[in-house]
Amino acid sequence: MRTKILQVGRRLLQALPSVFGIIVISFVLTRALPGDPAVYFAGAMADKVSIEQVRKSLGLDRGWVEQFGIYVDNLAHGNMGMSLSTGRPVSEELLSRLPASIELTLLGLGLAVLVAVPLGVLAATRPGSWIDHLCRLLVTAGVSLPTFFTGLFLIYVFYFLLGWAPSPLGRLDILYLSPPQVTGFYTIDSLLAGDLETFAASLAQLVLPAATLGLFALAPIARMTRAAMLGALASDYVRTAKANGLSRATVLGTYAFRNAALPVLTTLGMVFSFLLGANVLVEKVFSWPGIGSFAIEALVASDYAAVQGFVLSMALLFVAVNLAIDLVLTLVDPRVGLDD
Amino acid sequence: MARFLRHFRHVMAENPVTAVAFALLGLIVFLALFGPWIAPYDPLATEATKTLRPPTWAHPFGTDHLGRDVFSRVIVATRLDLGIAISAVALSFAAGSALGCSAGFWGGWTDRIIGRLSDTIMAFPLFVLAMGIVSALGNSIENIVYATAIINLPFYARVARAETSVRRNAGYVAAARLCGASDTRILSTQVFPNILPPMMVQVSLNMGWAILNAAGLSFIGLGVRPPDAEWGIMVAEGATYIVSGEWWLALFPGAALMLAVFCFNLLGDGLRDLVDPLRRT
Repeated sequence: MRTKILQVGRRLLQALPSVFGIIVISFVLTRALPGDPAVYFAGAMADKVSIEQVRKSLGLDRGWVEQFGIYVDNLAHGNMGMSLSTGRPVSEELLSRLPASIELTLLGLGLAVLVAVPLGVLAATRPGSWIDHLCRLLVTAGVSLPTFFTGLFLIYVFYFLLGWAPSPLGRLDILYLSPPQVTGFYTIDSLLAGDLETFAASLAQLVLPAATLGLFALAPIARMTRAAMLGALASDYVRTAKANGLSRATVLGTYAFRNAALPVLTTLGMVFSFLLGANVLVEKVFSWPGIGSFAIEALVASDYAAVQGFVLSMALLFVAVNLAIDLVLTLVDPRVGLDD
Repeated sequence: MARFLRHFRHVMAENPVTAVAFALLGLIVFLALFGPWIAPYDPLATEATKTLRPPTWAHPFGTDHLGRDVFSRVIVATRLDLGIAISAVALSFAAGSALGCSAGFWGGWTDRIIGRLSDTIMAFPLFVLAMGIVSALGNSIENIVYATAIINLPFYARVARAETSVRRNAGYVAAARLCGASDTRILSTQVFPNILPPMMVQVSLNMGWAILNAAGLSFIGLGVRPPDAEWGIMVAEGATYIVSGEWWLALFPGAALMLAVFCFNLLGDGLRDLVDPLRRT
């Protein structure tokens, strides 16, 4: 148990350099603007006084090291500057939109795992069969399809042609009121409020964008599951388990799959990173009011503080997810840390 | 060379998909080179009387909301899309192999600093980082190229580093050193040519991704400005008309994009078979 705690501690320490690196890069990005950053951050409508004010608050009148210190200090207090387009603090804007994006991303990831893992396992246990070919086809298609294109295609088929899906505009049809905010996830909030009708409506809005993200995330997960499962099936312990006459289900489930699940879990971190990027595109296609749409609006409006705040928080979110996955792996896998 | 050609034919015959990918590549390169002369209409010419027409023989891919011929625009866009992707990949290939080779060859602090740099880039969700870079450098096609190059850099640096560190103590490196060649000379004339094959595989696997990234950036309104023809922005323009059933505006540029990415991905797999010594029999 003590070694586990030590390992967890060491892993937490290992995250520090990447967090530091991320902060340095996003600091450089905010200062890389051609010309005077204060003019950009103050916006197009600013006069001399407000530009001076921004220069003071960003610390642009001081040395580089001191500027970086001020930047880090601001971040530590959750201060990412003001959004020019909305006039509210960037951190507040991001936090209020985060639940919409998280709900969508998690559902997409969940859908992908639910389809990809069984698909990969089946493909590995029956190499050369039709399911193996289906797996390969889906994997190739998944990496070649632009997410925004998949999304538009789904809208055309399921909204325009079949009329099964509600209009692809936002989280909830205008006929419904958003449920009282508890978690910020409309599906969960409406269930908590006991409002089944709103739940169904918000789920209906979620299905197409989540399926789009899911199709995108499916490919790497299925490929990894298949490879890991093939590796596990060729291992000595599976051979021994078979030789000892264990049932097929035990061999596949306990011996092969539980070992294959570890690399798949590691891949999920990478997939999550891709999903955060794909999320931006999907949110634009479905007019989803999440942080991705916010970032696009900010980009178009040259709202620098908002864009850099978005980039920074996505990177920190990604580090946190990777950390969580690694911690789970450390706690679950007895082999992790044995070799060092 | 003769052995390589024989092997090339063998791989092609064994895997017809790779042959298809090569044919597709030929078509894409051809369109990129000669697109403006092949296109039946001027990609920018608007015609107010013929807006939003579904595909016909005169306009195989239909016309868009300004009456421009979608077919011509898809063809002409090939050059811009491919140009962005090739320049980005060339940049990250050059910078990545220089960094990766030095990291793998000299090790020590060089390796640590370069490794830390590429780890830090990889710590960002890459598409999001590209958005941030474009926003910081300014919204132009040139900066889309730089952003795509930066987010692809770590992949090249990693491959180059791994392949170089394997060869750092190879016999031919020792021989060159005995002959009195300097480190940079050994790197450029002995090591680099030897790591080229795995790097080329990385290039073609990466190309599809670079195209997708650049198209994604212009889909959200960065870089390419209307009325220029580019696949990503054409899909974005067509997106508005999908809900009212005008599918051809978004479908054809999207399909062209998909086909190009698909082609490079297949090509990457094929090239891997071609250079992978384990499969060379």
